[in-house]
Amino acid sequence: MKYYNLDTVFQFPWEQLAVAFWKRYPNPHSGHVLTEDIIHREVVGNRLFSKRLLTKTEACPKWAEAFMRRVHQVCILEESIIDLDTHTITTYTRNIGLQKYMTLEEKCVYSPSKESSQSSVCERQAWITSKVFGFASAIEQYSYKRFKKHSANAVKGFVYVLKKLYTPEALVSDHNLLSTEKFKETARKAKELAKSKAEMATTQGNRPIVKYCVVAAVSIFCGYHGVCLLQAAVY
Amino acid sequence: MDSVGKECNELKHAYENCFNEWFSEGFLKGKKDDPCSELFKTYQECTKKAIKEKNLNLWESQRDVLGTSSEKTAPTSKS
Repeated sequence: MKYYNLDTVFQFPWEQLAVAFWKRYPNPHSGHVLTEDIIHREVVGNRLFSKRLLTKTEACPKWAEAFMRRVHQVCILEESIIDLDTHTITTYTRNIGLQKYMTLEEKCVYSPSKESSQSSVCERQAWITSKVFGFASAIEQYSYKRFKKHSANAVKGFVYVLKKLYTPEALVSDHNLLSTEKFKETARKAKELAKSKAEMATTQGNRPIVKYCVVAAVSIFCGYHGVCLLQAAVY
Repeated sequence: MDSVGKECNELKHAYENCFNEWFSEGFLKGKKDDPCSELFKTYQECTKKAIKEKNLNLWESQRDVLGTSSEKTAPTSKS
């Protein structure tokens, strides 16, 4: 079993998180989510109980195709409780297909941050278990890596939706920042390419000297070890 | 976002509009009477049918884990 836990801070108050929670799909980071349905909803006292069913695309690793049929879709069930008394959103998410190969269970508790009423914290825990004889450890390792990647994307997607709803101006500046960063990255790559070409030209010019040095070093090394080996053979 | 059954999309979006409005303006402000329950009922009937047609595991999706003893707990030491 692989266990994962991570706390994430959201720069948004709890109420905004709760509203955005129901509007988080689709977003630019949720391309693998195909469908979303609420299959249960109930208010009990000050708590809202819901079940959300998601279907997602799921790639199967090449090495696992021998014992897994190639599945392109998997169902995910997310149970949630939104509690007005404790100001928490608790979610418990699990796969409800492919369980004989692997189960992934994730629990998240979103609550107001202790430092600021304008931000919230998500405590995320996940358990990945496989019981496939001989492959359990490899499947768990593979799923763990994928989960970490998906989990980071889920946070990015949620933040995108929050910004879109509450700070659209930040989304515009994010976009500009992204464009500037892309421009800087292109400029940096061009500079590196020019630098490496210049270096290559210099190295090529010095090639005979380099070759001589390498030959000399190898000769000294072989000579020294040759003597040692000879000595070892004699003794 | 689309529903699992394409034929349920319209019902889903009608319910979602009602729910999102009530959730932010009603539930979060302490008004707990859900005005969208009728819309939810028709939407749910459609979804249930689609889930059955697609052979998705309805029983497993109805089982509760959150708040029950089936919930996983943090290990004493990381594995």
